[in-house]
Amino acid sequence: MRPDKLVARIAIYAVLGFFALIFLAPLYVVLVTSLKTLPELRVGTMLALPQGLNFDAWGKAWSSACTGAACNGLQPFFMNSVYIVIPSVIISSMIGSINGYALAQWRFPGSEIIFTGLLFGFFIPFQAILLPAAQFLGMLKLANTIPGLIIIQTVYGIAFCTMLFRNYYVAMPLELVKAARVDGAGFFRIFWRIFLPISLPIFTVCVIWQFTHIWNDFLFGVVFSGPESRPITVGLNNLVNTSEGVKEYNVDTAAALITALPTLIVYIIGGRYFIRGLTAGAVKG
Amino acid sequence: MRFRKFALLATTAAVLVGAGSVRAEDVEVLHYYTSGGESRAVNVLKEDLEKIGHTWVDSAIAGGGGANAMTVLKTRVISGNPPKAVQMRGPAIQDWASQDALVPLDAVSGDWDNLLPPAIAEVLKYDGHYYGVVNWVHRVNWMYINKPMLDEVGGTVPTTWDEFFAVADKMKAAGHTAIAHGGTPYHDAVYFEGIVQSMGVDFYRKAILEGDAEALNSPTMVQVFDILRKSTEYFDDATQGRPWNLAAAMVIEGQAGFLFMGDWAKGEFSAAGKVPGVDYICAVRPGNEGIFTFIADGFVFFKQNGGEATEGQLELASLIASPDFQLRGAQFKGAIPALNTVPVDSFDDCSKKAAADLQSTAASGGLVPSQNQGTTEAVLGAIRDVVTNFINSDQDSASAAADLAAAVQAAK
Amino acid sequence: MADTIPADAGLRKGLARPSRASVWADKWIPLVVLSPSVVISLIFVYGFLAATAVLSFTNSTLMPRYVGAGFQRYIDLFSNSVWWTSVANLFWFSVPFIVLSLGLGLLLAILMDQRIRAEGALRAIYLYPLALSQIVAGTAWQWLFNPEYGIQNTVRALGFTSFEFNWLNDSRMAMACVVIAAVWQCTGFVAALFLAGLRGVDEEVIKAGMVDGASMPVIYRRIVLPAMWPVFFSVLLLLTHQAIKTFDLVVAMTAGGPGTSTWLPSYFMYNFSFERGRMGVGAASAVMILVMVVAILIPMMYLEKRAQKNAS
Repeated sequence: MRPDKLVARIAIYAVLGFFALIFLAPLYVVLVTSLKTLPELRVGTMLALPQGLNFDAWGKAWSSACTGAACNGLQPFFMNSVYIVIPSVIISSMIGSINGYALAQWRFPGSEIIFTGLLFGFFIPFQAILLPAAQFLGMLKLANTIPGLIIIQTVYGIAFCTMLFRNYYVAMPLELVKAARVDGAGFFRIFWRIFLPISLPIFTVCVIWQFTHIWNDFLFGVVFSGPESRPITVGLNNLVNTSEGVKEYNVDTAAALITALPTLIVYIIGGRYFIRGLTAGAVKG
Repeated sequence: MRFRKFALLATTAAVLVGAGSVRAEDVEVLHYYTSGGESRAVNVLKEDLEKIGHTWVDSAIAGGGGANAMTVLKTRVISGNPPKAVQMRGPAIQDWASQDALVPLDAVSGDWDNLLPPAIAEVLKYDGHYYGVVNWVHRVNWMYINKPMLDEVGGTVPTTWDEFFAVADKMKAAGHTAIAHGGTPYHDAVYFEGIVQSMGVDFYRKAILEGDAEALNSPTMVQVFDILRKSTEYFDDATQGRPWNLAAAMVIEGQAGFLFMGDWAKGEFSAAGKVPGVDYICAVRPGNEGIFTFIADGFVFFKQNGGEATEGQLELASLIASPDFQLRGAQFKGAIPALNTVPVDSFDDCSKKAAADLQSTAASGGLVPSQNQGTTEAVLGAIRDVVTNFINSDQDSASAAADLAAAVQAAK
Repeated sequence: MADTIPADAGLRKGLARPSRASVWADKWIPLVVLSPSVVISLIFVYGFLAATAVLSFTNSTLMPRYVGAGFQRYIDLFSNSVWWTSVANLFWFSVPFIVLSLGLGLLLAILMDQRIRAEGALRAIYLYPLALSQIVAGTAWQWLFNPEYGIQNTVRALGFTSFEFNWLNDSRMAMACVVIAAVWQCTGFVAALFLAGLRGVDEEVIKAGMVDGASMPVIYRRIVLPAMWPVFFSVLLLLTHQAIKTFDLVVAMTAGGPGTSTWLPSYFMYNFSFERGRMGVGAASAVMILVMVVAILIPMMYLEKRAQKNAS
């Protein structure tokens, strides 16, 4: 390699490595803090490695830390989040895909207006619709229940899912549908047989995105849940705000990591497919 | 005598309303008692309620000084599914009562008029009926002093701001942080309030509680801001976002000399094993002698399907008003019992002084609600905006006073 | 999928000329499929927003109260200095946030596009912050920025005892902390989108440029980047949307402070509607935020469309 090329290579790796360190720093700090004991926290700096692998804080955050008058840790909240996230992700992705297909491949007069109209829902600040939404759920007798939360999360996910799928399918040649129609296939059959099988990349993007957003949501989770249906973000918020005397940063950070673990795992496992899906067309706008 | 009468009444009420209670009832309690001794105090109540056969359904919503809990409450009410019991204080009680959302507590409030200081009874009532039950009474205008540090600089407990700054200067000269402060709008306003009161209880009443524009934009208020500005010179440089309990820890651990906070901070001192008079001193703030600013924390009970009070609601209310809970809850919370019949012999010296002052100021007219209790959230928010902006900028006192008058007027 | 185009006999029956029924179905089925979403959107988005807009013309304080108040709530809002601070703060948050995320994202994407080793690992490192909730991210950064046990303390422990890093306590610099956390969270995603865009640029064009003897920077400036306009606009749209909606990050990091130096309009709306019992003013601010959203997004979507047309 020529010397100037070599210098360029080193510079590239140096810049990338430098930013990688900065990006990892918060995670590192949170992780080592969660593995320390309280006396250790008092003496060392936040960058110091823990003296040993001590998972006591994790255990406490999971099953015995207080979140108000109840002291069962994050455990009960975790399952609620699972029950809320899974149906909402599946339903919103499915609705998004068929909407996107209809909008991209079956253009009709007004389809662009409908698309823009649906898309607007993605941009509204959700604080603005809390009260009417609560009233509506009350009318449906679903206030403060898991089904109510599933409805809310699904409904406000439709806009983004529709956009993703529409932008993906819009890149497919219209001839596909034309040819299939000549062959006598209808709307659903074409979707089922032609478009769904090639949609795996964009489904991955949509599912990862929706999973992350719904899992991490706090606003809807705190407002529309009841005592038996609070999601994990609400549990985390209660846990870090509940203290008796000394603030246990190790338990707080462990709880934060437990909350973040499912989404982190999804990103680590699915990250490659996420990028691939984006590459496959979603970014074309 | 009175004590026994009350106890009798409370038990009769419990028996009366409890007579028909064959079935256990789920009582959902929405609260934000999650820090320090609060959660222990709430656990006492939970155990008491479960002892008489009901189920406590805990809806703790932490964060934002109750802001999150209140957002949840509003959406719950509007969706027609309010929790049965809700932690509440201040004008919000009257607001909700005026919307016909609360159940009156007539069935259990029989003798409360004789047992509560009138200034406190007033904040629980709407239209002549009790709608709130008081858990305990907090005194806000306390300050805490690290005694070894005070001794080190050879100071005495200051009773005026001039004396205070003299002691603070000595601490600063000795290399200490004089004032442990939490840089939140909440703590900023708690500090500010004490200065306003030092200008006299009438001025405080007029300016803060009544929001009188003339008093708010007066030379006296300019003086208040001057003292506030001078105080900031004694803060350390890491105040932003520091919760008050960490500020308390600074005084506990000897990193700072003074803490200006209500009596709930005492729980932090007790939890750390510190003894009043030995490790720390609790004293009334400079210029605050003869004034007792209170916060009367309590619960209200929301109508279920627009109907009457449920048995569980009334029984919870009477449990809260029982001498037993008044005693134990207040102790955990660092407060004093609201009922004048509950003995405070088992309390520490700080609380004993507070209990004595409660009676004397109730008679003298020095018993006033703290701004956290006596103003609407809108006015309180406006005060906090101006005060916190003043502390975090180099605004001059005169324009801050003008801003305060304008902001409070707009929020009224 | 061996049988992508169905080959079963039943389907082939109506071949060649679609029946009238199927033409009718083709016309209406897409609408029928979309109609639930349209109805949902009309209720949950437009209906609820309309309800909030109605509140902005009432006397509502603690709870909705439908007593008309004309434009009084808007007068209250516009004469409230905290609102204008929030709007100005939004500018001082959005512009650095968007510029830095775009610039840094593009830089990382270009560098990662140089056939480097460990690309997958690096991408995962840059991308993981997006997996965290803003509450968790904001709390972690608050710890880092806290002078007592964060960066300042750590550097001092290394021996630089006079090191000062206390932006979180400085009302002029606190917003910078929020910007840093937000950039940290979004840059990896931006880089991934740009990288996807870069990979989409035709290899042949680049090779042709190299044959002509153009240097890499020139190739990027002349050929690659211009082809990226559509991606650029998509990213800009996403970041703008993110900037306007930023809320949890402020709650977790600064709660608006010091003073009101990190209040944003979304925080103002929540605070006034729910915490302060000034629902009418909160609703008026919600309406103004929507006006902002429309005013910013519509021209942007238009530009994006044009960029796409030019690119294709």
